Amino acid sequence: MARALINVPAKAKRGEVIAIKTLISHVMESGFRHTSVGARIPRDIIDTFVCTYNGEEIFRAALHPAIAANPFITFHTVAAESGTFTFQWTGDGGFSQTETASIVVE
Amino acid sequence: MTDTKRLYRANRRQVLAGATVLAGLGLPALQTARAQLQANPAALALAIRKVAGDAEVKTGRVKLDVPPLSENGNSVALTVTVDSAMTPTDYVKSIHVFAEKNPQSNVISVQLGPRAGQPTIQTRMRLADTQDIIAIAELSDGTFWRDVRSVVVTLGACLEDPV
Repeated sequence: MARALINVPAKAKRGEVIAIKTLISHVMESGFRHTSVGARIPRDIIDTFVCTYNGEEIFRAALHPAIAANPFITFHTVAAESGTFTFQWTGDGGFSQTETASIVVE
Repeated sequence: MTDTKRLYRANRRQVLAGATVLAGLGLPALQTARAQLQANPAALALAIRKVAGDAEVKTGRVKLDVPPLSENGNSVALTVTVDSAMTPTDYVKSIHVFAEKNPQSNVISVQLGPRAGQPTIQTRMRLADTQDIIAIAELSDGTFWRDVRSVVVTLGACLEDPV
């Protein structure tokens, strides 16, 4: 289980634009590197990140090997109603992790 | 010359000879690595075509923020902002980032919607060399806009630090 950090404001006013910051620990091995004896290190990256807000998809990102290790992604959304955000990262070698965060909208 | 001195000189000669051999071996390897870092306009054009199709990609409305100089290509901060009202009828559909000299042109592609509120994304990327970074945004009216920034990278990612 990779360590994930998620920053979502606990409270927001209705209609307010909020920033969501996510970071997950992952090597993001590009597949372009070689060992000292010349063997290619196979690619091992997170290729998809999806965020849903009360079940509705609000953000989706396709990541490529050019994303730095421990992918950090910041994006925004409009605080519409109280509920939960679900974050899902999927990648090579069957990598999949889901995290949630809740928000109270006044 | 004393015995110790002779011994020292012999060692020094061996060390120097060894160093020359090493340098001879290392140089072609380094040159091959450099050769791979030529910009590949065809690959970049293809990657952009996959996103934009035949539509014209105009300059403007997108703002790409990257540091002009980066010490380490392994992690370069990047911010893309698009000038859009983000209403249900006029919003940013997607943002794509490309790097011209990386072994693979694509960096990130994100899908947004009217619920995004503010079309700004931030992430960190790897850069193999000093190069141009291109950000392209697709708007809901089907137009494509772009911004180009160049980044000077002191130590590139990908090809250094063999494991």
